[in-house]
Amino acid sequence: MTEWLERHMPKMVLAPSFVAILIFVYGFIFWTAWVSFTRSKLLPKYEIKGLIQYERLFASPRWDTAMDNLFIFGVLFIVISMVLGLLLAILLDQKIRAEGALRTIYLYPMALSMIVTGTAWKWIMNPGLGIEATVRGWGFENFAFDWVVNPDRAIYAVVIAAVWQASGFVMALFLAGLRGVDEEIIKAAQVDGIPTWRIYSAIIIPSMAPIFLSAFIVLAHLAIKSFDLVIALTGGGPGYATDLPATYMYAMAFSRGDIGQAASSAMVMMGVVFAIVVPYLYSELRAKHD
Amino acid sequence: MKKSVFATAAVASIVASNMAVAGPEAEVLHWWTSGGEAKSVAVLQSEFADNGGTWTDMPVAGGGGDAAMTALRARVLSGNAPTAVQLKGPAIQEWYEEGVLADISSVAEAEGWADVLPASIAGHMKCEGTWCAAPVNVHRIDWIWANADVLKSNDIAMPTTWAEFNAAADKLMAAGIIPLAHGGQAWQDATVFEAVALGIGGPEFFKKAFVELDMDTLKSDTMVEIFDQMRTLRGYVDSNFAGRDWNLATAMVMNGEAAFQIMGDWAKGEFIAAGKVPGQDFLCASTPGEGYLYNVDSFAMFNVDGDDKKAGQDLLAKLIVGQNFQKVFNLNKGSIPARVDVALDEFDSCAHTSAKDMNASNEAGSLLPSYAHGMALRGAQAGAITDVVTAHFNSDMSSADAVEMLANSVANSL
Repeated sequence: MTEWLERHMPKMVLAPSFVAILIFVYGFIFWTAWVSFTRSKLLPKYEIKGLIQYERLFASPRWDTAMDNLFIFGVLFIVISMVLGLLLAILLDQKIRAEGALRTIYLYPMALSMIVTGTAWKWIMNPGLGIEATVRGWGFENFAFDWVVNPDRAIYAVVIAAVWQASGFVMALFLAGLRGVDEEIIKAAQVDGIPTWRIYSAIIIPSMAPIFLSAFIVLAHLAIKSFDLVIALTGGGPGYATDLPATYMYAMAFSRGDIGQAASSAMVMMGVVFAIVVPYLYSELRAKHD
Repeated sequence: MKKSVFATAAVASIVASNMAVAGPEAEVLHWWTSGGEAKSVAVLQSEFADNGGTWTDMPVAGGGGDAAMTALRARVLSGNAPTAVQLKGPAIQEWYEEGVLADISSVAEAEGWADVLPASIAGHMKCEGTWCAAPVNVHRIDWIWANADVLKSNDIAMPTTWAEFNAAADKLMAAGIIPLAHGGQAWQDATVFEAVALGIGGPEFFKKAFVELDMDTLKSDTMVEIFDQMRTLRGYVDSNFAGRDWNLATAMVMNGEAAFQIMGDWAKGEFIAAGKVPGQDFLCASTPGEGYLYNVDSFAMFNVDGDDKKAGQDLLAKLIVGQNFQKVFNLNKGSIPARVDVALDEFDSCAHTSAKDMNASNEAGSLLPSYAHGMALRGAQAGAITDVVTAHFNSDMSSADAVEMLANSVANSL
């Protein structure tokens, strides 16, 4: 009996969450895919009507803007967060005083919800209230920082707020990576008289490759699903200049009673996530087989 | 002995519970949760209770009704619809097509709704000939609000044409006053746009373009002119307008920072709450041009089981359109009654103008539904138009491009 229990306990314990994930994740992915092939409006309908929703989606200029924004936002957010995070981590790793306090300060933005970040930065970057008004108040009358209200620049304003939020977290990841590098190798390199920047670029950073991958995956999915930051910071505006696929989907499903359109945009979003995650999973799984 | 005590108690409790549900019952889903609105709903609630009804309140705040609509969808899909739901415009017909709305024609006929409601407003309350919703109020959209002192000190009269408005605005700009207080949110852009469209195109054009979605009208030269005027208006807005809430724009007019605002009559509530007097501190007039754009809030009745719930539905419908509720509610809300035979003695001068214009345009056939507030079109089409309007207003897109994009977006949304 105990032997039987021992053998089957893990399966029994895992079964409920397995079933829940099967239904609530994969079941609903399938449901959304189905709905995306129908002409569902206010309520879901199940009669397949072909690819009409995808045709409408790709004909929509607003969706184009949303995908362009996702690309601009995603690339800038991931690259800047990683560079800043790495830089902060290297600087913190110089055995400085009060490292604990500094680390906490850099990590704190992560403890805030995106809504708080968005609202605070909305005020900071508002030309009439924030940085622009302050600097002009100091006497620099020509100073302009109106990104958040400028349709061509607003998406970069979103990047600033997102980077502020996430770079501390990336720093923590990299710091852990730096601490994991073998001290002996570094000491050996120092004995050989290799300059510090060479030690970083040729030894330490290459040995942190897995950390880069984890940071990339975490940041990429944050970028694709980001919704609350845009809603709080710009509300998708000015116009729909800062619309992202997630806000587009929300508008279609909940404001416009166009569920079919929302489902098709959700499927495209999932496609984007797959394009990033599947190669990662593939490399992970293959590494284990080797 | 013991057994019979239990039996008696059981019988008593069954009787008691039956008595409790014997009266009319209504579960009401709405999103009137902010100060003045909540007070307005409380009026209906207490009237319902006075008539022996049991009211179950189901307020869902957030998203200008989006959250409530999500809740409604979930309730309908699970086969447990609320008795009455705050719904308006074509959304009523959309739900009717899903086959979930109830028929309240018996109440409507007994109360003679057809005689007291303007025909075009009554049209929204009917689903294929039967009555399925009860109107609560009429908000006018095409209002222009002005700071009386600013106009006076700059020697400007309330504009009656868009050319006059532009001339007045140039004068104000020269005097260092922001001519138009505006908040850069898509729905506010759309509100200004439809007022301009009605003014420049006229009622017939408006109906063709935004009710019937006639492609030739959408692509017409008049539409180009309307977008040109939007571009002109963009120049009269301060540079810090993006994302500003409408009530902050109203405050700018109130404190003399800006001269005009184009906004529905809920803006009046802001003025009055700040202790301003209509006609003295602030002026209200219809935007330049003919016609009247309305936004009518209403309650749609859903299919429910059980006589007590049906009785609740009928009672609710009767009370909503009743004279007393129409008066008290609209005094609180800043709108005017939907029925035309309510005495307006206690209403302010702006409401009098609104009521007079509503009757006049009802007779002239220029009483039109607001597209920007979801009265004229379904969500997908209205949204497609708003996307273009807001994209044009917030960029340097040419009017010709905007018109082409408008036609494409509308076609794509159908």
